[in-house]
Amino acid sequence: MAARAEQAGRSTRAARRRLSEAFWRRPWLRGLTQLGPPAGIFLAVYIAAIAVLFVSAFWTLDPLSGEIVHDWGFRNFKTLWEEHTYWRIAGRTIGMAAAVTVTDVILAFPFAYFMARLATPRLRTVLFVLVLLPLWSSYLARIYAWRLILSNDGALNWTLGGLGLPHQHIAYTNWAMWIVFSYIWLPFMILPVYASLERIPDSLIEASRDLGAGNWTTFRRVILPLALPGVVAGTIFTFSLTLGDYITPILVGNTQFIGNVVYRNVLGLSYDLPFAAAYAMVPLAVMGIYLLLARRAGAFEAL
Amino acid sequence: MEGRLGRAGLTLWAVGVVLFLWLPLGIILVYAFNTSNIQSWPIPGVTLRWFRVAWNDPEARDALLLSLKAALAATAVALVLGTMAAVAISRFQFFGREIFSFLLVLPIALPGVITGIALSSFYTFWGVNSSLWTIVVGHATFCVVIVYNNVLARLRRTSPSLTEASMDLGADGWQTFRFVTFPVLSTALISGALLAFALSFDEVIVTLFTAGAQNTLPIWILGKIRLGQQLPEVNAVVFVVVVLTIIPVVISQRLTQESGILRRE
Repeated sequence: MAARAEQAGRSTRAARRRLSEAFWRRPWLRGLTQLGPPAGIFLAVYIAAIAVLFVSAFWTLDPLSGEIVHDWGFRNFKTLWEEHTYWRIAGRTIGMAAAVTVTDVILAFPFAYFMARLATPRLRTVLFVLVLLPLWSSYLARIYAWRLILSNDGALNWTLGGLGLPHQHIAYTNWAMWIVFSYIWLPFMILPVYASLERIPDSLIEASRDLGAGNWTTFRRVILPLALPGVVAGTIFTFSLTLGDYITPILVGNTQFIGNVVYRNVLGLSYDLPFAAAYAMVPLAVMGIYLLLARRAGAFEAL
Repeated sequence: MEGRLGRAGLTLWAVGVVLFLWLPLGIILVYAFNTSNIQSWPIPGVTLRWFRVAWNDPEARDALLLSLKAALAATAVALVLGTMAAVAISRFQFFGREIFSFLLVLPIALPGVITGIALSSFYTFWGVNSSLWTIVVGHATFCVVIVYNNVLARLRRTSPSLTEASMDLGADGWQTFRFVTFPVLSTALISGALLAFALSFDEVIVTLFTAGAQNTLPIWILGKIRLGQQLPEVNAVVFVVVVLTIIPVVISQRLTQESGILRRE
């Protein structure tokens, strides 16, 4: 009895072993079993959803029944093209995304440089955590914080009053949105820039100086080109996150972004999913072009 | 290479950036203890009252519960799929590998509103009613990427000869995974899971599109802020959310800092 059980145990072990060997000899089979499920689900849900989004942009909504009609046409795009409002909103969104991106590059680069090249290893770790925490901590809380700070009797005007300066009414303006966007996405810029600066070996900088380059030349000809992929990686985040945000305009702004129009047409009072899908093609196309350009700049290694 | 003036300037800049990052967070945490109903600065006094009020609010509690459920489920899905994808991508060369690794980062590279409306149209197309699972799927899309990135980074630092050695010594595929690959990955997995949890717990842009009439905690908070209702209570809840997202990040940071047993260099 015991002997038989042992034999059975041995044979299952042998079978498992044979199976392992079979997998080992055929790497494609191993790859397939490991990659198959995640790739399959990813394609069947995420990519399929993007495909449905793309297709439904060409459908229309029956104005009487409120049902989506599956006949193909460019009506949504025609409306978008002809209505100046949608041009203005898209322009405002893209302009804001660009402004925020530039602001964050300016704020982040010297900071990342300080972290990578001046801070002691200990201070570097501390700063790293100080940047990482706001990145992951509540997005909503950080926007809400600014709503309170910028309000009429908030911390900003209290500080200005204390300094004897006149009160500012920034709340619910484009300035407020610019500040808040720059604030919430700043860590997304700092980290990739820091990572690329940190990787630059000291010997390269020494070599540059040995060859007679001054500080400015070394910075421009050695450091900047090597840091560029990190900067581009950071701009992917700041640009994309601003393009797709509709919460910040709701909470601290008083104008509409692309995201707000989409949101209103999917979940708000004016339900028109095909139209929203068509408008969502704008940030999708902008990001598509941006990502292709970024890929060329080598930013994907730095993501 | 920086002159003394340059150093001073950069140091000052760094201090400024840290203050810019942390002052608003500090202020929002202080507001949780505000005695007054009016959200003005500075707060007139300090109280713990609003935490009790928030805890006893059934609506907020339900929202908290739903957020925890969704975050746990999304993290679990992300762990399984993200790890598999990372192992496959790092160990095998195959046709379309580049394209796949490009597609996989789309959920975090594309604007959140795109993921949101895409899933919303997808659910409408298939006639799926919103439930816990529609939220989980939405969160899983970007949580998978987080785990994937963490695991991939760890795998790139470990040598493939370890698995080969294990197989040479007579271990089968499962034993190799259990006794070699898994221990190497464990801290990366925990760290990825914690980050995925923090991200999911706090997500609102995609969630609004996939939640239907359900309230996750961020949706509850957003609704209250928009209408300006129960703000003292909201402040207390926001305090809890900030702390609940910061703790996993700190732990995760600790875990990935130690370089792991098996470095290639």
